[in-house]
Amino acid sequence: MKKYDNLVKNAVGRMVPTQINGEEHIPFMGVGKYKPTGRKFGPRISTCIDYPEDGNKLVENLKEALVKAGLKDGMTISTHHHFRDGDLIANQIFDIAHEMGIKNLRWFPSASFPCHAHLIPYLEDGTISRIEGSMNGALGKFCSEGKMDGIGVLRSHGGRYQAIQDGEVQIDIAVIAAPTADPFGNANGVNGNAACGLLGFALADSQYADKVIVVTDNLVPFPAIPWQIQGNYVDFVVKVDQVGIPEKIISGTTQVTKSPDRLLIAELTARFCESTGLIYDGFSYQAGAGGTALSIGNYFGEILRKNNWKARFIRAGSNKYPVEMLQEGLVEYILDGQSFDLDGVKSMRENPNHVWTSPFTSYNYHGKGNFASLVDVVVLGATEVDVNFNANVVTHSDGYLLHGIGGWQNTLFGKTTILPIPLFRDRIPIIRDEVTTLCAPGEMIDVIVTERGIAINPLRKDLIEKAKNSGLPIKTIQELKEEAEAICGVPEKPRLSDEIVAVIKWVDGTIIDSVYKVLP
Amino acid sequence: MDNITGIAGNKGKGVSSDAEVEFQSTSKGGIEIQIESKVKALYGNHIHKLAEDILRFFQIKNAIVKIADTGALDFVLAARLEAAIKKALPEKKKEFLLPMLDENLNGSKKEAFRFSRLYLPGNSPKLMLNAGIHNPNGLILDLEDAVALEKKHEARFLVRNALRNLRFYGAERMVRINQGERGLEDLEYVVPHHVNLILVPKCESAAELKTVDEKIQALRTSNNIEHPVWLMPIIESAKGVLNAYEIASASENVVALAIGLEDYTADLGTQRTNEGTESLFARSMVVNASRAAGIQPIDSVFRDVSDMEALAENVKRSKALGFDGMGCIHPRQIKVVHDNFAPEEGEIDQAKKICIAFKEAKAKGLGVVSLGSKMIDAPIVKRALKTIDLAVKMGKLEMDWESKEIEK
Repeated sequence: MKKYDNLVKNAVGRMVPTQINGEEHIPFMGVGKYKPTGRKFGPRISTCIDYPEDGNKLVENLKEALVKAGLKDGMTISTHHHFRDGDLIANQIFDIAHEMGIKNLRWFPSASFPCHAHLIPYLEDGTISRIEGSMNGALGKFCSEGKMDGIGVLRSHGGRYQAIQDGEVQIDIAVIAAPTADPFGNANGVNGNAACGLLGFALADSQYADKVIVVTDNLVPFPAIPWQIQGNYVDFVVKVDQVGIPEKIISGTTQVTKSPDRLLIAELTARFCESTGLIYDGFSYQAGAGGTALSIGNYFGEILRKNNWKARFIRAGSNKYPVEMLQEGLVEYILDGQSFDLDGVKSMRENPNHVWTSPFTSYNYHGKGNFASLVDVVVLGATEVDVNFNANVVTHSDGYLLHGIGGWQNTLFGKTTILPIPLFRDRIPIIRDEVTTLCAPGEMIDVIVTERGIAINPLRKDLIEKAKNSGLPIKTIQELKEEAEAICGVPEKPRLSDEIVAVIKWVDGTIIDSVYKVLP
Repeated sequence: MDNITGIAGNKGKGVSSDAEVEFQSTSKGGIEIQIESKVKALYGNHIHKLAEDILRFFQIKNAIVKIADTGALDFVLAARLEAAIKKALPEKKKEFLLPMLDENLNGSKKEAFRFSRLYLPGNSPKLMLNAGIHNPNGLILDLEDAVALEKKHEARFLVRNALRNLRFYGAERMVRINQGERGLEDLEYVVPHHVNLILVPKCESAAELKTVDEKIQALRTSNNIEHPVWLMPIIESAKGVLNAYEIASASENVVALAIGLEDYTADLGTQRTNEGTESLFARSMVVNASRAAGIQPIDSVFRDVSDMEALAENVKRSKALGFDGMGCIHPRQIKVVHDNFAPEEGEIDQAKKICIAFKEAKAKGLGVVSLGSKMIDAPIVKRALKTIDLAVKMGKLEMDWESKEIEK
């Protein structure tokens, strides 16, 4: 079997395979153009009489759970990434599989982290044949250099939910590490040593996987409240000494930036939103947990306070900054997809207006609507943007995979998407003639804010008009590109082979671009 | 011939936009260039070619060059390689210069605003690249305190190249030279490359400053430089304070007199406080001497870069004492300094009234200006006119405010 075949040019002019890892895939057809019909994927019918009447689904250990779940060659194993770099469970699953001599597994995480570099020997010896999920650090390097058996598939958080719901990916065993659970399998992320806030990324896995294993280090008697994951979906429960390393679960990087250049970008972003009327009483925004995004949130807070306004809601990965705004009354609700620090976790536990969400509510392509398109202002990062506003978030300009898509593609559906990014990083200009990997078509990106000027997508005539007398440094994207190249010099094209190592999915499950093998 | 090696530049943790270059002069084997760079995929060939050009320029036929690059721009790479070559082969006297940016050819005016001037360590390219976008009135490439002794040589090449090729975004291009003989040598690296202003540290007498000024004038003549090179002496000792006026009036090129309080308080044997009681005399002396000489008095830097409120208080005190500006050691301080040196709303309103009254009195041929029942003295009128001028220049007042005022 070829790793991939049948290349075609898709709607954004990228060559993509339509046969990958022996499965058929559809090339990107344009935003909102692909509408599958038929019925959603249905998991196998289960019967309650097959489960203990006393509700006790505890088994001895993870290995026993995996054996009972029928672990065998070629299966798809899913995990979630709420523990981030403090995850202790995903590695153990594959340690066990390796020890049992199982081969050819597909790992389907909602994201991977540096701690998962532990899995590289298993990718080398065939225990794992491929990863369908984000790959960065050592895993990104491994895949980028063409060492993975299968083709990597990168999906957004919403795209992962879509792939599970329409049956594109059928999970054999979902392993859900949980900060708190009861023997019935009810689980949550708000309590326990490994408290991570919520378990929304595991929701689809719990509902659609053939077998579901909940692993916890904080086993409480029934009922574990709140039941973010419902035990009614769960086959086995495992008690371990530790599911995650708390200090690595709570990301240490969620501080407002101290970099004067990034603060300037944040300030320009906020001033742009203020002067073009994007911020108003009752507006909503999505801000990430990066230093610049947090700082933008602070500036938004100042604008709200000054005008005596309130934001209706923040879509967040939450931490102490949005939580403080909630407490101060600057915002009415936090709709939270993941918590980045203990203030976020505590607020979710205690404040009814701090609500946990999942890719189903926020991003799901097969839902009857989702929240993403209701958000007024979305602030995101990118590794590269081209002169047509197409953007890249997964590869570095040298071709290496370095980020997952996360919720990035999904949040682009907000009313105005702004990318606050430095004009160059370590000499490398961010604005290119062509992005290395196209993760979003330019029509989805409205504004680029750099420390040296702001470029507005020509499609947004309204914003161009409103920004006219703002006194802000509005430039064309071409001018920004030329400015960066005048400083840095014109970069060469990276040396990439024509061999595909991974593909990028759009939110609807079609393939928007291919990732090529890097020549060392 | 033995192999001789010269090393220049920085690498290691926390370093970016820089390069460490090791140049080894060899007697045979031709040129060998080894590049290790995080931007190699995109700029590897470019860096290689630049290194070749520089070696050819210095007529070097045999050498091993090792470049450890963290995203350095060309002017940085060129400075590092030239410094490394000259360390190994001091007999090489030519200078490798990249074409000067047109925008760096502008001169500065004697009376230019000098509210803020941002210090940049002269051997740290990373901090230089974006400094100008924070809009300070001046950018100081510092060869003195911010550069370690063993880095003094290489910093000169970097500062020289920065004067030519760094973007200053309209900020006045300043260099702080070293004290004494080393400082005079520094001038050779900066005066021919369109520096606008030289800061002379730890200045204690007019004679010292005159030596610097004479060297500058000699360099201007030999390099056919037409634009002025201004001087800002820094008073940093008890003796300097007592000689403040003679220093301030030592040359017509002196445009401002600054005070450096860290060294001054050390000289007094006291501690620097936020309130600044210990330096009140010195600061008042500097203000007084500057005003007497018709130049700008400039205050010391504020050390706590995280406390913007304390900085704002400090600027207000400084302005109240009569200073026209202050040094900055972090880009975020610039806006606070500008905002607090700028005239306040109430000040502007009062000045507007006085200005209008003054013009009316003049039109009527009256010798006395009055506002309501109050007589206004000439110095107050003068200050009001200056406030208006400042408010307009800082964008706090529209140019045509008067016609609008009259419409009301």
